[in-house]
Amino acid sequence: MIDKRLAQHIDPLLLVLVTAIISMGVTTVYSATYAQAQNQMHALVWRQALWACGGAVGMFALLLVDYRKLERYAYVIYLAVLQLLVLVPLAGYLSGGSRRWIRLGFFALQPSELAKLALIIVLARFFHRDSARESYGVKEILLPAALCAVPAVFTLAQPDLGSAAVMGFVFVSVLLIAGLRGRVFVTLVLVGLIGIFVAGHGLWSHLKPYQQKRILAFLNPESDPLGSGYHLIQSKIAVGSGMFWGKGFLHGTQNQLQFLPEQHTDFIFSVFAEEWGFVGCATLVFLYAALLLRGLQVVARAKDRFGALVAFGVVAMIFWQAFVNVAMTTGLLPVVGITLPFFSYGGSSMITLLLGVGLLLNVSMRRFTF
Amino acid sequence: MDNPSVPLPNPQEAPNGFQRRLGISLGLGVVAFTFLILRLWQLQVVEGEYHRTLSENNRVRLKRVNATRGLIYDRSGQVLVENRPSFDVVMVPEDARRPQDILSRLAGFLHQDMSDARQALASASASHRPPFENVVLRRDVDWDTLVAVETRQIELPGVSMQIGPRRNYLYGPLAAPMLGYVGEVSVDELQRLSGYQMGDTIGKYGLEKYWEDRLRGENGGQQIEVDAFGRKLRVLDEVPETPGANIHLTLDIGLQQAAEEAMGDREGSVVVLRPSDGAILAMVSKPAFDPNLFARGITEDEWRLLTEDPLHPLSNKAIQGQYPPGSTFKIVVATAALEENIINPFQRIFCAGSLHFGNHEFHCWKKGGHGWVNLHEAIVQSCDVYFYQVGQRLGVDTIAEYAHRYGLGKPTGVDLDHERPGTIPDTQWKRQRYGEPWYSGETLSVAVGQGYVTATPLQMANLIATVADGGVRHRPHYIERLDVPEGGEAGSTEAEKPVKLGVRSSTLAQVQAALRDVVESDHGTGKKARVEGIEVAGKTGTSQAVRLKTDRKVNQLLLPREQRDHAWFLSFAPVGAPEVAVACLIEHAGGGGGAMAAPVVQKVLAYYFSHKGSPVRDDRQEARATH
Repeated sequence: MIDKRLAQHIDPLLLVLVTAIISMGVTTVYSATYAQAQNQMHALVWRQALWACGGAVGMFALLLVDYRKLERYAYVIYLAVLQLLVLVPLAGYLSGGSRRWIRLGFFALQPSELAKLALIIVLARFFHRDSARESYGVKEILLPAALCAVPAVFTLAQPDLGSAAVMGFVFVSVLLIAGLRGRVFVTLVLVGLIGIFVAGHGLWSHLKPYQQKRILAFLNPESDPLGSGYHLIQSKIAVGSGMFWGKGFLHGTQNQLQFLPEQHTDFIFSVFAEEWGFVGCATLVFLYAALLLRGLQVVARAKDRFGALVAFGVVAMIFWQAFVNVAMTTGLLPVVGITLPFFSYGGSSMITLLLGVGLLLNVSMRRFTF
Repeated sequence: MDNPSVPLPNPQEAPNGFQRRLGISLGLGVVAFTFLILRLWQLQVVEGEYHRTLSENNRVRLKRVNATRGLIYDRSGQVLVENRPSFDVVMVPEDARRPQDILSRLAGFLHQDMSDARQALASASASHRPPFENVVLRRDVDWDTLVAVETRQIELPGVSMQIGPRRNYLYGPLAAPMLGYVGEVSVDELQRLSGYQMGDTIGKYGLEKYWEDRLRGENGGQQIEVDAFGRKLRVLDEVPETPGANIHLTLDIGLQQAAEEAMGDREGSVVVLRPSDGAILAMVSKPAFDPNLFARGITEDEWRLLTEDPLHPLSNKAIQGQYPPGSTFKIVVATAALEENIINPFQRIFCAGSLHFGNHEFHCWKKGGHGWVNLHEAIVQSCDVYFYQVGQRLGVDTIAEYAHRYGLGKPTGVDLDHERPGTIPDTQWKRQRYGEPWYSGETLSVAVGQGYVTATPLQMANLIATVADGGVRHRPHYIERLDVPEGGEAGSTEAEKPVKLGVRSSTLAQVQAALRDVVESDHGTGKKARVEGIEVAGKTGTSQAVRLKTDRKVNQLLLPREQRDHAWFLSFAPVGAPEVAVACLIEHAGGGGGAMAAPVVQKVLAYYFSHKGSPVRDDRQEARATH
């Protein structure tokens, strides 16, 4: 059982920051689905609130278990989630041309979300126990690369480029923080660049235009169907037209007239930005920054390497999703289906993120116990 | 409490290395978020005014330009399926301001009742229609309506004409079960497939469905700036459409027409193959339907009429109809008997008109019996008693093995959905299916193509083509080539490896000789298939659709339709250098294969050989040369 001393060490600041972001998120989901409220869409805001509560329960439940236990069961967790992921092409259901969900009663589970967390735990275990070094060479990172590649490839095949990309980002982040030999780092960067070059100019240019289009459409169904940047233009108009103070809650015309695609999931930031303006956006970015900063503090103070790596993995996951999503809706990065953490509508995503916060709290509050 | 050094128990890890990297990642994070803030500042503050204006006059509309669906040609380049322009009256309710008033005004101009359009408008506003999307008020309007709407544009804000392609099947029901049809994409299809939108056209059946991916092409799009009344000001950006591939079929529309006419108003199927490569020259399934009904949007009544018709006009009987092959199956049994050396082909067996086996009397079709017949005569006169005995000696499993070699019992693999496999029974099949052992009496039925044996007309056509081509079986196909506009991959007529029957050439030679005499000798059952100047080979078949209680011959025409016999005729010609193989099946013909089906095949062959001379032929050679 958790004792009183431990409970006192639960980080209140982390809780406050996450609660603040989720509240803003749920409010924005309400606005994003307001225009369709006559139909069944209004149910979504209640569901989102429900997921947040469920996630919070899961988060606190996670605190009861010492995170070091997770290290022991890391591979079990990993394999269990992998099984779910394998189940998706077999038993999952199709929506909008991709198969990502398994239906469990009224809840549609998206195993690729859980896979991110499992990946973080298994990577931390690997770099802490199975191969603890000051820095790693090429051979030593082959196994962790495979650990990342398996769920990533399954996710890519669904197809879900966004989630697969997040897994890749998390892997690289954990790898870099675990320590890479200087020469290896340089080599990998060079190999990566050459790889991109070869793929780009060698193979890619040999493909016929329609083949290229088909591959792109397969990998990234969220991309603009006409490739003419219509979604992006509308998203930029939405963000920009918010100006300094915003148009006000429920008054975003881009949102309410449904010019925005995927307005309650991938493009929810545009909805928020239109209604709350630069002031709201800056506040939100500041909240994310504070959350991540606090997360890094947990990493720095962690009692052991496993805890530090797990905490860093969670921080990296939240960072990459937040950064890529905002960059994408503001036209800095190409459109891929990556959701805004704690904000976009989605049960699996919300629960996964809150479990991640549970891990941060867990590592943080047990930094004194031995 | 706030200054514990990081206790990393791993001794190899230098704490400052980890801390240093953590510091770097913090720095990178700060830089990344600063970028975001700067970007937001740029969009919302620096360019904020501009974006606000754009959002207030958001008149950038996205308009899809639907790709032109590929055309379908026959082997001589005749267009079979094309797209013709159709004009739809559409309205953008957001631009119309008061849509109901505008509708009344429109009804006044057209002197027409617009209650159906009123309904369309109401259901559109109730569904998830994206804003500023067209609502179709009336499809495929005539010239007068078009002119009336165009000339009164100013008085009809929000109303415009939309030109859309409509699929046009030039020959109507001709070859319809094979060509299939298109229709509006269904809710179910929208769920399953990506890249479609409500209102899109999609292949629903036949080759329109099978080749959907190649036929549909890629949609393009336009970003259009419109004014407050929805009038188009200018095109901001455009992505051109890529038309779908044109398909050239091996089908000969003249031959198809001849075959359909030969069938008249009887139900059944005719399949014409080129034995040398399995190309389908004609594929008839009767009765058929008019695919144009679907292209323009079928009404509920029309749909009900088609689906409830007991003659199943919506199914392609050439690949979906499974019928007992009757005496045409003797080709398989004869091949097996010769190849397995079960019989001496010159030895005669006595046919007394029936054979007593077990406690059952198995009748020959000829009441008085054929007397002494050898294999050749048994095939030519289609003696059942001879084949009862041969079948008995072979056993059902050996017969089944040869039937499988001829490709029966499994789909031919033609590029069409819903192809059925037919049934070739053997002892194992019976045990699995019925949990019963095989009774040797049943082998007798199998030997004359009755009992559990069924096959599709396409399978039987392929069988006779295999005999014609000297024991080489090809996968039936109908694609001559695909024409892909710029940048696409060309034809997909990759040569497939044919399957060898694996029997001695003497075996096939004897079978072929007997099949020739079925038509050309005076005793043959298929004399009605004779074509002047051409040596024709064939095999008749009459198969019972139901097992009749009585052993007596009854007047078929007195029976209810569904109890009458099916009539078969398989044929190839000319003997020696076969160019065509034909299978004809007439459902519940009420007569024998020689009387009912052979004359149909005769007309098909007569057409083929009287028209084969010129343009068709040349085109084929031309096509070959360009490959």
